[in-house]
Amino acid sequence: MYTQGLNSKDDKPAGPEDTARLGRFQAIVDAEDKIEPNDWMPESYRKTLVRQISQHAHSEIIGMQPEGNWITRAPSLRRKAALLAKIQDEAGHGLYLYAAAETLGISREELYEQLLSGRAKYSSIFNYPTPTWADIGAIGWLVDGAAIMNQIPLCRCSFGPYARAMIRICKEESFHQRQGYEIMLTLCRGTPEQKAMAQDALNRWWWPVLMMFGPSDKESLHSADSSKWKIKRFSNDDLRQKFVDATVPQGHFLGLTFPDPALAYNEATQHWEYGEIDWSEFKRVITGDGPMNKERMARRRATEADGEWVREAAAVYAAKRKARQAAAKVAAE
Amino acid sequence: MTTTTTTPLWEVFIRPRSGLPHKHCGSVHAADAELAVQAARDVYTRRGESVSIWVVPSAAIVASDPNDKDQLFEPTASKIYRHPTFYDIPDEVGHM
Repeated sequence: MYTQGLNSKDDKPAGPEDTARLGRFQAIVDAEDKIEPNDWMPESYRKTLVRQISQHAHSEIIGMQPEGNWITRAPSLRRKAALLAKIQDEAGHGLYLYAAAETLGISREELYEQLLSGRAKYSSIFNYPTPTWADIGAIGWLVDGAAIMNQIPLCRCSFGPYARAMIRICKEESFHQRQGYEIMLTLCRGTPEQKAMAQDALNRWWWPVLMMFGPSDKESLHSADSSKWKIKRFSNDDLRQKFVDATVPQGHFLGLTFPDPALAYNEATQHWEYGEIDWSEFKRVITGDGPMNKERMARRRATEADGEWVREAAAVYAAKRKARQAAAKVAAE
Repeated sequence: MTTTTTTPLWEVFIRPRSGLPHKHCGSVHAADAELAVQAARDVYTRRGESVSIWVVPSAAIVASDPNDKDQLFEPTASKIYRHPTFYDIPDEVGHM
């Protein structure tokens, strides 16, 4: 999902002292109680969460770019206001998540640095371009739809601050998906050219969206620990299937077809079966070689650099005011 | 990146309606109190969640130690006589 880059492993054996604490920790998790920032936690739990939450945060922040591309060209004031609100939400979601990650003992500056230096990953989906207005519809309907599918179980995640951030995010996210689907619906009920534009967007986004759920369960290295710790409650493939089952009928309602000749409903299992995902494309995009990776990172770095003088001025102003207040206090005494 | 200093962290409390207490909702980074209120407004109140905001420097908060949890809070569990249901009052007396 927004944290597909978790697929690497680091192991450190637990010392004897850790075993007792580990038992208590696991008991809290098993009882569906929450772990809070000051509670003892295994180092690997902390690391996994920092990585997962920060990748999620980076994805929200980078995810503003593909949609930002259309703010000035939205077809009506209504669409423009909605798109602006949605993008502002993405920034908010990034900030909730950075704050949650910071409770684990990593600074905001370090988190930014990891993103800007390219060491941290973000979701592969934001490395695809948005050449038409229909892409804004497809992103809301499909990308946000897939995100919701993944994020609802995270509201029950064992780490308190992450779970609380996800609850806020999920509440806000449902408007995103509905506004996207409404754009698609309007296009599909419009002229043949508009409907063709919607179809083209679906054709381009469908497979990348399925990749958002991350590698198939056979390849996923982190799932075992993450499910034991109740960070992850459903496997990548289970969530992907849930998404396909929910989304295919919505696409058919629009009168669109999915770019997958193997897509078929299995009466026995009551699931939509889909074709083979091109994992080589996924690997290329997640490791930096997607259509828009360079542009996304260049934009993010430029924005950070452009904002430097503002942060600097605010810090200097705050220091000056503090000094003046201290001086006034001394004078009064 | 050339961030000069670490921007201080502020805890944010919002009052959803008048008559209700301010409740912790998250945190923001900001150079000073004024900017912290501004940031808190943008980040935590985009949908009419609040009629009032408090921001407090995170460093100013004193918290109990999670290791003292049992010692601090467990004793109250056994003091059931602090609850009204501990006392038997005949039904005839009516609601009390």
